[in-house]
Amino acid sequence: MSDSNTLVEIKGLRDGLLISLGNAEWDELRAALMEQIEVRRSFFQGARVALDVGSQIFHVNELSELRDTLSERGVNLWAVVSESPTTEKTAQLLGLATRISRPRPQETTRPPAEEIGEGAAMWVARTLRSGTRIEFPGNIVVLGDVNPGAEVIAEGGILVWGRVRGIVHAGVKGDESAVVCGLDLSAARIRIGGVSAVLSERSGESHPEKYFLEDGIIKSESWQSNQS
Amino acid sequence: MGAQVITITSGKGGVGKTTAVANLAVALAADGARVVCIDGDIGLRNLDVVMGLENRIVYDVVDAIEGRCRLRQAMIRDKRLPELYLIPAAQTRDKSAVTPSDMIRLCNELRTEVDWVLIDSPAGIERGFKNSIAAADRVLVLTNPEVSAVRDADRVIGILEAEEKGTPSLIINRLNPVMVKQHDMLSAEDVLDLLAIKLIGIVPEDEGVIVGTNRGNPVALEPKSRAGQAFRNIAKRMKGEDVPFMNLEAGTGLWARLTGRK
Ligand SMILES: Nc1ncnc2c1ncn2[C@@H]1O[C@H](COP(=O)(O)OP(=O)(O)OP(=O)(O)O)[C@@H](O)[C@H]1O
Ligand SMILES: [Mg+2]
Repeated sequence: MSDSNTLVEIKGLRDGLLISLGNAEWDELRAALMEQIEVRRSFFQGARVALDVGSQIFHVNELSELRDTLSERGVNLWAVVSESPTTEKTAQLLGLATRISRPRPQETTRPPAEEIGEGAAMWVARTLRSGTRIEFPGNIVVLGDVNPGAEVIAEGGILVWGRVRGIVHAGVKGDESAVVCGLDLSAARIRIGGVSAVLSERSGESHPEKYFLEDGIIKSESWQSNQS
Repeated sequence: MGAQVITITSGKGGVGKTTAVANLAVALAADGARVVCIDGDIGLRNLDVVMGLENRIVYDVVDAIEGRCRLRQAMIRDKRLPELYLIPAAQTRDKSAVTPSDMIRLCNELRTEVDWVLIDSPAGIERGFKNSIAAADRVLVLTNPEVSAVRDADRVIGILEAEEKGTPSLIINRLNPVMVKQHDMLSAEDVLDLLAIKLIGIVPEDEGVIVGTNRGNPVALEPKSRAGQAFRNIAKRMKGEDVPFMNLEAGTGLWARLTGRK
């Protein structure tokens, strides 16, 4: 049995992921695909996926079963690319796209946590709604709000260009120099390293603020993003 | 052409999804549209009761999906409105009897027959929810002005965005202006501020709704009911009509926002 990594190749597209399946029996490919989705669950959660199945032949029941299984794991199958006319027709019958614009080579991505090292930032350009959890072994920048019930957890610092009413935890592995900055942190639940900010001691006003750790307690000052 | 498929969902249970589906369906049908409602709450059906059709059920949605009857046979005709139908949920099966693909196929068949397909989603974000949204062209998220319901609605909106269902519209149900004034309840503005999606209607708390539910008589059929008026307004907005928000629906800050003065 081949390693599931070599049978399942994942690339980033402008508007989703492209998963290309290698050459093997469908049963083996399917197992490899499911294994990848299982081990990188948070990466795939909510992902929009196009599947390149090469010359595999799919009939309606197989493809719709696959789509349902993926959907149960939070993966949204939107396109199937194939060299087989039968498979193309099947995909069209199920309302799936069969043509996608291919990524340029430099757009190739892996799950960010594996590729980007320390010091790099993960960009999240949307509001994080309840139930979302973003984790990254570096800094995280959110362009949007962090709603109640959402969590942002970084080994580095966290910057939110929006309003935070959820949990933000900077320096989760113990980096005491990590900071949390945000346009409105008045209702945020903030942790830096192992220390929690006490809400009642905070101002409750909504202006840009920066929170940092000093002498083992979390302090805040007003935050001007144009400061060096 | 073809029908629009609309799903009403909430995350949290008991906030009024079934009530809303029944009322929006009668409001649309009373205006002459052909409407089918589907009860997506397999195992816990109750849309039939709210519509007063429970003793007409012969076949259900699983029968139609599994080919034990023709689709037409599973469509129960309403006793008041000639072009209103209900496809009831199966009572004795579990949610795994239906898949998202089944729902897509079923709705595609209905699209040519009617103008509107309204799907009542079960609470939660599990399989029954996924089935209910699979075929939707548009989703209406319903919430009560209450912290835990709003948080669940937020979660559902996040899932809908990830599933590329487009941004849903919001119905706020059971708003009680007196309680808002006393700060015992979130205001519509608080809810909108957090969820940040388009509002399609606010339904006031109204005892008449509960009475209507128990009698199988949706309030949207009662000309004088305020909640009924709110549901009729939402039905019109679904059709793309520009209906002004009722003044009682909104506080002043929200009022300015809804009328386009930022
Ligand atoms: N605007 C309203 N004013 C007063 N009562 C209401 C209103 N809307 C709904 N209710 C009542 O709330 C109760 C729950 O409503 P309903 O069954 O429609 O909720 P649901 O979201 O479908 O629940 P479930 O998640 O269990 O399916 C019912 O008794 C109904 O009559
Ligand atoms: Mg219900």
